[in-house]
Amino acid sequence: MITAHFTKPHALFICAARVMLLALLSSTAMAQSPLFQPLYEVLTHPRCLNCHTKTEFPRQGDERRRHDQLVVRGADNHGAPTLQCAACHQDENVADDAVPGAPHWGLAPLSMAWEDLNASKLCIALKDLSKNGNRSLSDLLRHMSEDELVLWGWSPGANRTTPPLSQSEFVDALTRWVNAGGPC
Amino acid sequence: MLTIQVNGVAQTVDAPEDKPLLWVLRENLKLTGSKYGCGQALCGACTVHIDGQPTRSCVLPVGAIGNKAVRTVEDIRNEHIGSLVQNAWRELNVPQCGYCQSGQIMAATALLKSNSAPSDQDIDRAMSGNICRCGTYPRIRKAIHKIASEQL
Repeated sequence: MITAHFTKPHALFICAARVMLLALLSSTAMAQSPLFQPLYEVLTHPRCLNCHTKTEFPRQGDERRRHDQLVVRGADNHGAPTLQCAACHQDENVADDAVPGAPHWGLAPLSMAWEDLNASKLCIALKDLSKNGNRSLSDLLRHMSEDELVLWGWSPGANRTTPPLSQSEFVDALTRWVNAGGPC
Repeated sequence: MLTIQVNGVAQTVDAPEDKPLLWVLRENLKLTGSKYGCGQALCGACTVHIDGQPTRSCVLPVGAIGNKAVRTVEDIRNEHIGSLVQNAWRELNVPQCGYCQSGQIMAATALLKSNSAPSDQDIDRAMSGNICRCGTYPRIRKAIHKIASEQL
């Protein structure tokens, strides 16, 4: 009996600790809304995240190293005043894809930095008009399904990896999320 | 055949639209001051100005230039700051082997036109895409500071 008295609260404690741990883990990796989770996995892919940085410089590669030549964000998110992204990045990839390119190549503003945000925080930031360039949900849908720099992420050329969903799957998932009111 | 504005002159060249500007300059127009270094916009030796902005001519298809003004190192002395840069480079003996230096001069000229009193950090940020294997960076920095402090 004594043993049982000790075992029961102990087991309850472990159980509670497990629940808390799971909650903690899910808050760092999983969205509460299943509609946002696939979007989160796309938005945090290196093709998106390397220019949605919280740093004063872009990143490159799947290892997300600091961009070569130590180029910087600059006041307008397009590089130093006389070392602009467009000094090297054209409106399309160069012939051998070595230098990637798309229209208005540059960093997303710092308010749109997604690095280190968990799914819930990224979702909230994505919808925050003060951070997202005053874009409504339908504006976000348009931006992420039509903007040529965004679309480059699915045709990056060379051996660059692409986000986990195809572009059409992403637009479908995005549309479902928008139609549901953007649940986080 | 297409026509581009180079150093203030309309030049009609027989070149396909996807030919890099660098090779139009060097082969078609015999302006060999802009150098071929890496061919991948990694080193800056091919830097020219497109509407005043330093641009890597080795990856820029000539067909993408349209009516924009191309300026090369051959003409940079005709800009006040360009001539100051060339004089300072000579005075301080900045180049060693010299291969990267036309690109360095184009980048430094653009920097000083945009910022008449650049800090070391401003210089690093503007010049970090222009690589010098001889390591003349301290002299480049010194020359830029000298122009800014004495002549601008």
